[in-house]
Amino acid sequence: MKTVIFDYSEQGKSAYRLPADPHTDILISDIEEAGLLRAEKPRLAEVSEVELIRHYTKLSTLNYGVDSGYYPLGSCTMKYNPKINQDVAALEGFSAVHPLQDEEDIQGILQLLYELEQYLCGVFGFAAFGLQPAAGAQGEYAGLLIMKAYHADQGNAHKNIILIPDSAHGTNPASVIAVGWKIRTVASTADGRVDLADLKSKLSDDVAGIMLTNPNTLGLFENEIAQIAEAVHGVGGLLYWDGANANAVMGYFKPAEAGFDIAHLNLHKTFSTPHGGGGPGAGPVGVVSKLVQYLPAPRVEVQEGVYKLMTNYPKSVGRLHSFYGNAGILVRAYTYIRSLGAPGLKEATENSVLLANYMKSKLADHYQIVSQGVCKHEFVISLKQEKKQYGIRALDVAKRLMDYGFYPPTIYFPLIVSEALMIETPETEPVEAIDAFVEAMIQIKHDMIHEPQLLLNAPHVTPVSRFDEVKAVREPRLSYFR
Amino acid sequence: MFYSPITQAQREHLLKEIGVPDIDALFADMRAVGKASPLDLPEPLSELELKQFAVRLAGQNKHTGAYISFMGGGSYDHFIPSVVGHVISRSEFYTSYTPYQPEMSQGTLRSIFEFQTMICELTGLGVSNASVYDGASALAEACVMTINDATKRTKVLLPSTLPPSYREVLDTYLLPKSVTIQTAGSQDAVCVSEEEFISQFSVDFAAVVLSYPDFFGNMISYDRVISAAKENGIAVIMLCDPIALALFKSPGELGADIAVGEGQPLGIPTAFGGPYLGFMAASEKYLRLLPGRIVGQTYDKNGTLGYVLTFQTREQHIKREKSLSNICTNQGLLALAATVYMAYMGPHGLRRVAELCYKKTNYLKTRLASLPGVTVLNTGVTFREFVISLPCDAAKVGKALKAQQIFAGIDMGRFDKSRKNQLLIAVTEKRSTAELDQLAEAIKGCL
Repeated sequence: MKTVIFDYSEQGKSAYRLPADPHTDILISDIEEAGLLRAEKPRLAEVSEVELIRHYTKLSTLNYGVDSGYYPLGSCTMKYNPKINQDVAALEGFSAVHPLQDEEDIQGILQLLYELEQYLCGVFGFAAFGLQPAAGAQGEYAGLLIMKAYHADQGNAHKNIILIPDSAHGTNPASVIAVGWKIRTVASTADGRVDLADLKSKLSDDVAGIMLTNPNTLGLFENEIAQIAEAVHGVGGLLYWDGANANAVMGYFKPAEAGFDIAHLNLHKTFSTPHGGGGPGAGPVGVVSKLVQYLPAPRVEVQEGVYKLMTNYPKSVGRLHSFYGNAGILVRAYTYIRSLGAPGLKEATENSVLLANYMKSKLADHYQIVSQGVCKHEFVISLKQEKKQYGIRALDVAKRLMDYGFYPPTIYFPLIVSEALMIETPETEPVEAIDAFVEAMIQIKHDMIHEPQLLLNAPHVTPVSRFDEVKAVREPRLSYFR
Repeated sequence: MFYSPITQAQREHLLKEIGVPDIDALFADMRAVGKASPLDLPEPLSELELKQFAVRLAGQNKHTGAYISFMGGGSYDHFIPSVVGHVISRSEFYTSYTPYQPEMSQGTLRSIFEFQTMICELTGLGVSNASVYDGASALAEACVMTINDATKRTKVLLPSTLPPSYREVLDTYLLPKSVTIQTAGSQDAVCVSEEEFISQFSVDFAAVVLSYPDFFGNMISYDRVISAAKENGIAVIMLCDPIALALFKSPGELGADIAVGEGQPLGIPTAFGGPYLGFMAASEKYLRLLPGRIVGQTYDKNGTLGYVLTFQTREQHIKREKSLSNICTNQGLLALAATVYMAYMGPHGLRRVAELCYKKTNYLKTRLASLPGVTVLNTGVTFREFVISLPCDAAKVGKALKAQQIFAGIDMGRFDKSRKNQLLIAVTEKRSTAELDQLAEAIKGCL
């Protein structure tokens, strides 16, 4: 079966059309003399342009995007990616700018970056944002470095413990280790929120701070945030807001006003930039005023109406990117914010939360909902009971959803819920899509009892079915020619 | 109604179904914490107004669509074939998520498998990941792979001729991990000799980084450095340019353990520095230390060939605090762009691009060397870039040439005041002989 471009490769075929060599008199013999000439060409595919296009068009049909349908992935905020954002980013005045051009020649992009920073401050209440981090995980890394630099300046270099709830994303603990610190896990209460008593028992002088996702990964708002902030600030620690779930708060909650000191956002979630099959993203890091001096450099400032790229920040945690981060993604997020303004962003939050609670109420009679009470933009179902009773796992339900034309929700996360299905409802989903998903889930519950094979053998309609992932590890084939 | 398709009537209906009186009831928990101040944002713009505004804003940037560019320094004005933009604009690619569910993501998975294969072919190494953020973070992640606290190898040796921003990123990534960074070559060097690396080697080095080419375009075989590194148990990391690898010996052939680089030259626009593409390849023994996503081939239960994300136990979502890297989102769509670019070029097209860059660079080098007071500072083989010294400030030349619709190159004074008469010049296959002559004449006119 032909699956990849190399399967179509045939000697003599080519797609490229390049200008003739005007310098046939210049030889490459000095490369050879230096012992550097490559003898064998890399085995890149040899294909014609039409075959290339047909191959990648075929590949695209094996994919599923937000433009294909509802993507209920919890904590991923797979909202619609407005097309004007793409068109604006493609303008030559943004896409064909070299990063090292003189400041006077890039006033447009600098103004955009400066204003984007102001807007993000306007939405989340922070004093400043650094736009350099290329993704959420890099934003976390930057935020923790800022925390480290702050504590060192305060004479608290001994602080090296970060509290992390057991419901946190995997990037949180991985980022803590990356800055050379340690983690201390905080338990959740039965309802899935931070256990304040456990948190207080974990406090000590060496606690540098806490990383908190709020609303948390169960889609529940941590309503004891004031007490958490007081307790952590009480030992000199800082509060870090993981903005993965920022879509749930716009217009209703500003983390900086509730005691958070540092945050990262995922512009590819909340601010509608495309996920691209796994990136590029952008993970700006926001801080309160006492921490602005530590932000990654360079930063954009304005002096007498002229935008400048400034590098002179002696306390900065440094540089994270070859240039200024994923500028093209920042352009898209800027465009999105200018489209929506305050009323649009507030409506986005409202409608995502509205849809989540609606779906939750529709599924409550059929599944065990872990996220009790009013949820925010997402909620979590546990299939613990179904696994015991019918031998059906979260994975089976996820695969069966594909037969109904949906991408599956996030599964087996958060880790504190067994057989978890984590469902998010971005505001850009029509009610009709939500209803169809609910119907599919109800039918799946019915089939689980009466025709479990339908689930166990799912998916049935996709071009491939479940894979032997053990074989992929035991007999690794990671490249076509090996 | 903005991008949310829910009508006012539907909102009322949903509230009723949920059993709450109004929207505010869904946010009572947040209200209880304290009323947030209003969102501080400009008024929404219609699509028409927004487009007009954005076009005006973009119009305030000069760009390589209107200027003849000789700027490089880590971002290059290469030709991008039309197929690249058309493929990555298919929304099944660009609006999809990380391919965690392989049954609905074979398009992305197959293309990443192709990308990994092509990177292995270019670098001559056995395994590649699915990309990281950019060249600088790829280099930082490579260094982290080699650090081994158990064997007390906690130092890395870098050349003074790395791109300055890469050096800064390495500081940001490595210093918090208590890695010691040492530099080979002096600050004012244009090229670091093999001896300058070898003389510093000791058993506490985890890795040596070799730039191929370095910031000034020099290509060196590093034969002696690499064999000395092997004798001392030091891992060899090569920072390489992907286009150069079509013409020059691969890192694998030279004996490198890890090869990383910036993938921007492979069909990705300069776009004010991002989004770009960091690539990473290594010899097989480093497989389990590679950060980020890796795609492998396997079979489904019906025996159909397909592709999955594999070796996921290396990654943060499984291993959490025990993972070597925190990377999650990478640069998937740019990896697709690079893959399509390489498929378009094929082995012969990519070689042609590399040769054109090489020859045009040499042509311009010779032309500029003949100008009075101008010296080409490189002495050996260079690829696509070289540095000249001028009898005046490079900034002055840059300014004068801009008036002639030319971006002359990079004024090295922006990195180091003592280099303010040095101009770093990049020549891609896009530059015609007439444009090269035009640059030479224009510089001559400034002297």
